[in-house]
Amino acid sequence: MATSGKAFTVLWLQAGSCGGCTMSALAAEDVGLVKTLGRFGIRLLWHPSLSEESGAEALAILDAVAEGHQELDCLCVEGAVLDGPNGTGRFQILSGTGLPMRDWITRLAPRARHVMAVGSCAAFGGMPMAGDNPTDARGLQFDAWESGGALGKDFRSASGLPVINVSGCAPHPGWMVETLAALTLGDFGPERLDSLGRPRAIADHLAHHGCGRNEFYEFKASAARPSDRGCLMENLGCRATQAPGDCNIRRWNGYGSCTDAGYACVNCTSPGFESPSGPFQETAKLAGIPVGLPVDMPKAWFVALAALSKSATPQRVRTNSHADHVLVPPARRAPKLP
Amino acid sequence: MTGTTRRLIMGPFNRVEGDLEVALDIADGLVAEARVTAPLYRGFEQILLARPVSDALVIAPRICGICSVSQSVAAARAMARLAPVDAPANGRLAADLILACENAADHLTHFTVFFAPDFARACYASRPWYDAARRRFAAHEGEASRALLSARARFLHVMGLLAGKWPHSLALQPGGVTKGIDPSEKVRLLSILAEFRESLEEGLFADRLEAVAALDSLDRLNAWAEAQAPDRGDFRLFLHIARDLGLERLGRGPGTLMSSGSFGLFGPGVWTPHGGVQPLDPSSIREDLVHAWMEGETRSPFDGQTRPDADKPGAYSWCKAPRLGGHAVEVGALARQVVDGHPLARALVADHGGGSVMARVVARLLELARLIPAMEEWVRAIRPGEPFCDAMPEEPLDGQALGLVEAARGTLGHWLTARQGRIGGYQIVAPTTWNFSPRDGDGIPGPLEQALVGTPAAPGDTTPVAVQHVVRSFDPCMVCTVH
Repeated sequence: MATSGKAFTVLWLQAGSCGGCTMSALAAEDVGLVKTLGRFGIRLLWHPSLSEESGAEALAILDAVAEGHQELDCLCVEGAVLDGPNGTGRFQILSGTGLPMRDWITRLAPRARHVMAVGSCAAFGGMPMAGDNPTDARGLQFDAWESGGALGKDFRSASGLPVINVSGCAPHPGWMVETLAALTLGDFGPERLDSLGRPRAIADHLAHHGCGRNEFYEFKASAARPSDRGCLMENLGCRATQAPGDCNIRRWNGYGSCTDAGYACVNCTSPGFESPSGPFQETAKLAGIPVGLPVDMPKAWFVALAALSKSATPQRVRTNSHADHVLVPPARRAPKLP
Repeated sequence: MTGTTRRLIMGPFNRVEGDLEVALDIADGLVAEARVTAPLYRGFEQILLARPVSDALVIAPRICGICSVSQSVAAARAMARLAPVDAPANGRLAADLILACENAADHLTHFTVFFAPDFARACYASRPWYDAARRRFAAHEGEASRALLSARARFLHVMGLLAGKWPHSLALQPGGVTKGIDPSEKVRLLSILAEFRESLEEGLFADRLEAVAALDSLDRLNAWAEAQAPDRGDFRLFLHIARDLGLERLGRGPGTLMSSGSFGLFGPGVWTPHGGVQPLDPSSIREDLVHAWMEGETRSPFDGQTRPDADKPGAYSWCKAPRLGGHAVEVGALARQVVDGHPLARALVADHGGGSVMARVVARLLELARLIPAMEEWVRAIRPGEPFCDAMPEEPLDGQALGLVEAARGTLGHWLTARQGRIGGYQIVAPTTWNFSPRDGDGIPGPLEQALVGTPAAPGDTTPVAVQHVVRSFDPCMVCTVH
């Protein structure tokens, strides 16, 4: 479907994944993934959920890339790379090949102009790393916060870039599609990535930006239990003030976001999100102060501002923060004339 | 060519959710024996141990990106039973809508993206329906895939409104849902459903949903298929293809069909060809590990353990083998509709004593036609201003409880053991764990292993298309299977 010139080829593999990144991507732009990608001349060489080729037909495509007969513009990997048990990689054998998926990835990655980690599992290890990390899961180029991963910290794809980490669990379809589309434009340099390899177009925002609960946040009028309309930060575990992502600037599935739907941001775009110090849905506190403060905010200022804003909370805001619908509407007053 | 025997290993088996390998022994051009391998293990049952119980609501959905909501519901139900807490009416309606949206979207995704593209394969070029199949069903480029993926994306706006996003929402809680619906959102929900209904009634069915749901016999189904040109609606096109290829004779399942019931709309039970519907007794469920890369004895999931052993002799899958009273059972939309007593579903299994490729696909689309009108009713029943969620008790959860739910692909169970607010045991038996289980200690093959026997596989063919039809007819979800 390229409008002109050569197609930008993508090979998509699912490592230790739940398939959720693909499911999210399928709803891209409301017209579906293939059509959206086609608008930028992107062609899926093979995708485990979408392509006709199965078995031997699919392996022929993988082999052609691995042997350099087929050019590859971007290798997309969804899911963590599983090293276990005992370093064998046998927790995931690419079916029909007898070889660990890990080995396929390390074989294919050097052939690709770009390598994209799709979702937090491929980027940092993600949910499979939780607990004792029973499968020895890793990201492509990170083990949680530590640079390294399955490809090693010095890995650079043919373009000279490290692995591009489109993190999120699952990422917004726009994040995946727009990053691929940006790569087709040919001007994607290392300055477009943050220190964890995430596209800055997304990661320079916080999930808190544009949160629909902003008035409750300002006054620290906090939800106490699920379905309350109040701010989710103080009690219910919300990490949106620390989580990179434009989650509340764009919409999810047309209308939503985590905080809009009344539940905590779990900071799913960050390494280690899978292993918080306490329960996901409770805010960890020390001496009544949340341990996770808004990024870049000194603790003393947060404490002082929180105390001040609590003392200034309008009755309307306080009442509505503990209800699942608006009990008290804003006051109706004609504007004052100068 | 007769008298030849060969071994064929098919993988990567794509257009299924997750990783799948199928090993076939083929004799005289027919599958003589099949072994189904789930080659991916991620350790969720280990990861959940010792976590606060409520963390299951974050972790369990991430087992699966396509049945994410179903995993949430199972976890929330197990916790609700332990608490105990009961969702208010609005909470139940919203949770049912979220689950139904996932089930319906999955059915559509399965038919359009996973299953139907095989009819556009070049091996069918001589068939009279091939041009239509190529035009409608081809992977990537088919008109159906393009139109219905767009419709699916817009239908998932239900998730945006009710659950924040899909997959991996935290909106479903033991006491209801985290999001109240206001009057304007109620109207938007009805608009989304109306648009989805239109796209199904135009592209997929070329008829009213109610007319499809009312088809109550094979004769009626055939008459409906004949009433218009074969390419009037993708369902009709499928029926013509199915008749030409004899898909009603392909992929016969084990005969026992199980459903835990769903939405109060589809009743629970276990159906057998000769015994009709009997009550479902979850306490007779055991997981057999003889051919799984897992250490341990056959046990009830409440006592089950997950200890991987990649070197275990005789094992060939990460999947355990769940059995109901010792029987391999098939789950899914067909099971739900047969157990519920839908006359067309019953007729589809009556002739052949169990599931077939045709029966599974028809039942899935029939269920889709039944679900959307029900969703419209549930939206209308929501009463903004009344509660959507009850709080959990303050005391830490303690004890054992089972959360059962019907995911798109069938019965999903979470067997939860809580000790003072922490997870002491968590065993998950997913739909495809049932359908794609390996052999058990008695040598009884899993449902797919049974269904593949007798499937044609021509000499030299490395990707026999009939095998692909049978495998995909179950709508497998391999990431749920092993988790």
